[in-house]
Amino acid sequence: MTFELFVQHLVNGISLGSLYALIAIGYTMVYGIIRLINFAHGDIITLAAYFVFFGVGLFAMPWWLAAILSIILTAITGIIIEKAAYKPLRSKNAPRISLLISAIGVSFFIENVSTVVFGGRPKSFYSPEIFKGVIKAGGISIPNLSVIIPIVTAVLLIALVYLVNKTVTGMSMRACSNDMDTAKLMGIDVDRVISLTFCIGSALAAIGGIMWGLKYPQIHPLIGVMPGLKCFIAAVVGGIGNIPGAVVGGMLLGLGEILLVAFLPGLSGYRDAFAFIILILILLFRPTGILGEKIAEKV
Amino acid sequence: MNLLEVKNITIKFGGLTAVQDFNLNLQQGQIVGLIGPNGAGKTTAFNAITGIHKPTQGKVILEGRDITGLMPDKITKLGIARTFQNIRLFSNLSVLQNVLVGHHLRIKSSPLAATLHLPQYIKEEKQMIEETKELLKSVKLDDVQDEKAGSLPYGKQRRLEIARALATKPKILLLDEPAAGMNPQESQELKEFIMHIRDEFNLTIFMIEHHMAVVMGVCEHILVLDHGITIAQGTPEQIQNDQKVIEAYLGVETDA
Amino acid sequence: MRQNKTLKIIGVILLLGLFIYYAQNNLDSYKIRILNLCAINIILTLSLNLTNGFCGMFSLGTAGFMAIGAYTSAILTMPPEVKQMNFFMSPMNQHLMNLNAPFIVALIMAGLLAALVGFLIGAPVLKLKGDYLAIATLGFGEIIGVVFTNTQTITNGALGLKGIPQYTNLYWGFSLAVLTILSLMTLLNSSYGRAFKAIREDETAAQAMGINLFYHKSLAFAISAFLAGVGGALMANLLSTIDPTMFKFTYTYQILLMVVLGGMGSITGSIMSATIMTIMMEALRAVESTIDLGFVTIPGIPGMRMVIFSIILIAVVLFLKNGIMGENELTFETLEKAIQRFQSKKGRENHEPTRG
Repeated sequence: MTFELFVQHLVNGISLGSLYALIAIGYTMVYGIIRLINFAHGDIITLAAYFVFFGVGLFAMPWWLAAILSIILTAITGIIIEKAAYKPLRSKNAPRISLLISAIGVSFFIENVSTVVFGGRPKSFYSPEIFKGVIKAGGISIPNLSVIIPIVTAVLLIALVYLVNKTVTGMSMRACSNDMDTAKLMGIDVDRVISLTFCIGSALAAIGGIMWGLKYPQIHPLIGVMPGLKCFIAAVVGGIGNIPGAVVGGMLLGLGEILLVAFLPGLSGYRDAFAFIILILILLFRPTGILGEKIAEKV
Repeated sequence: MNLLEVKNITIKFGGLTAVQDFNLNLQQGQIVGLIGPNGAGKTTAFNAITGIHKPTQGKVILEGRDITGLMPDKITKLGIARTFQNIRLFSNLSVLQNVLVGHHLRIKSSPLAATLHLPQYIKEEKQMIEETKELLKSVKLDDVQDEKAGSLPYGKQRRLEIARALATKPKILLLDEPAAGMNPQESQELKEFIMHIRDEFNLTIFMIEHHMAVVMGVCEHILVLDHGITIAQGTPEQIQNDQKVIEAYLGVETDA
Repeated sequence: MRQNKTLKIIGVILLLGLFIYYAQNNLDSYKIRILNLCAINIILTLSLNLTNGFCGMFSLGTAGFMAIGAYTSAILTMPPEVKQMNFFMSPMNQHLMNLNAPFIVALIMAGLLAALVGFLIGAPVLKLKGDYLAIATLGFGEIIGVVFTNTQTITNGALGLKGIPQYTNLYWGFSLAVLTILSLMTLLNSSYGRAFKAIREDETAAQAMGINLFYHKSLAFAISAFLAGVGGALMANLLSTIDPTMFKFTYTYQILLMVVLGGMGSITGSIMSATIMTIMMEALRAVESTIDLGFVTIPGIPGMRMVIFSIILIAVVLFLKNGIMGENELTFETLEKAIQRFQSKKGRENHEPTRG
């Protein structure tokens, strides 16, 4: 393992970690506010990628326009899912299991509709020139994309942290995730906050999905499944409900996966299993996650 | 020997000390009360005794055996049963099934024996059902034995919870606000009921209660908790006249 | 009274036996295959209902346990020559090559191995609450797929196994299904069954009543894994070909749908929904091929079946949240009462005095 090779792997790991982080944030925000694992979140990634694909391919839009529209459409999709499949169960005070099953149903639905509408065969994701370049510095070659992704992620993260911590909207979000009932009593429009959470989470996932398509240009209806699972694990590892935690978890998983394959190429077939092993370990030894807090149950 | 000794139990949640240096000695056959304002730490003390919380400091000793920090089911097997402040019945199960569950902890047949309906299991099941029906009769719930527990009126639900706890054949019964929500007549019946089960089932009873008539009428010894600290203990008369208790909890009489 | 019920059950089983005998000898292979799948899905649905419906644990590991069972049975039932042919890329582990056993042994081993793995996996994760357990078990299912894809010398990796002897027939399938139903009926009506249900209703209270959560949850989980393993084994010896990608979470979702549709906590519900859904899945294949109505041809939409199923899953959980049966069973009493009511209604109609 040469130094140059190691740096390349490191950068690759950071960029994958950033993608995982972006997607994990959506999971953690939704879980933090309504205690639901949004199984459909991973499939949102797939939709975003396909929206761009069709925007460019079918409607001949410039790439940047397709991307923006895709983000908007995906965010709207997220809100629709919440209102159609989750809200009715929340209002009926249905048991948590029903919500989980509904989420699984939605995920299933999106995957199958995508297969029907988009076809199961992988399609090539169009990538503008700027993303294809490579930076060469002293024997190390780093794809432009591997630098762009972490930067985009960092910018979005800063914006999100600002929103959550320094704005009134953010405060309502934190209030709802802390104690929904009291938030309601304080006059906060809880439904609006929840929709907003889904909107932001889905938008971030959309950006993650588009960048995923840039990084791994073969897209098919099930590309969101594995990242979806892994990103939920990332959120748990970092501390579910905790946004910085999601980032930590995402980075850990992304870097870990890449470095595992880099240092132990014989185990590269197990790269997908890496995330799950980390999950089991975290659940065994630190179930509240790296940055999570213990919540005592009142008996 | 004391049946139950709680020695200097302190329970902290992060920075908050819920219970500080709690001490209790229960003798066989006693009915002891635990009173105090809301949030004083009474249920937390219960939870430490029954194993739901592990005390940050201190020991719980049952019949000479240290049971501190044991799992709740283990402690129940050793002879301490409880009811809950918020009534935790198995709502979708019938009254009969709720109490039958209380018998499960002492089952000797294996799951395989149960599945194959081996004679040993059949005998045990028959006995459990008989004992359960007896228990339901003694708490006057035999007429509703097939109703869903969740559909019972409040007072009956409380009795059912007690019956279920009794099914575990405890030595010590911890009751968490058994008289909550009861009218005067029901509380009177509850007082008689508590003394009846203490005698009939050879129990020792430790109860949290806000209903002063019940506490003063049935408890031989009372501890008073305020903000986690035991501010007084003694007989009902002593407690009723204790200045600290009156200020913290029972209310100060203002001179008109 | 007790004997009455036993007699009725024996009666039903005998009828079923006659039907199977008739079917095995008279129906075409397509219909037989559907019936076999019904039996397998009944076992799988009951396996998932045991943990999710009766014990309140949200497990999504069915597909993983099926995979273990399937591969175990395949390896044990395939004759060495067939194995030789399969493992052309890299030779199979020598010990496994020579392993051979009759079907009944293979089935039992499939279940036991799945149960063992279930216990090992379950032990650390069973204390997790609903959502976490779901992800952990789902993840486990994925790991199994990954492991099987990479253990070339044991499972032949991504190439899968072909030529598994087709031992599964209606007799095997339905006797195992009946055995599963009867065992679960007795278990779930026993004190242990009540303990499971208590855990489902209120874990904390159950524990306070002396029920050891770890023991009981592990028990339910292991039995469930056992049944899923047996189901997987039957599947392997029915389809004759298996590969690691077959046992993906999509399979688990389908079984979950059957559990939810039938009613989480109802054995008869699961039997009904498994049967209905299996038949529907086949019937809906029609949607995927062209429908010729004479005056108009509706083009087939491949993959539409699954879309419909996902809609059914969401619809059931939104509108019919307790499924067909909820937590109730279709007992002989309910059936007889329903028949009586129907008969008396009919009787009244016939005996209505005509006026005029």
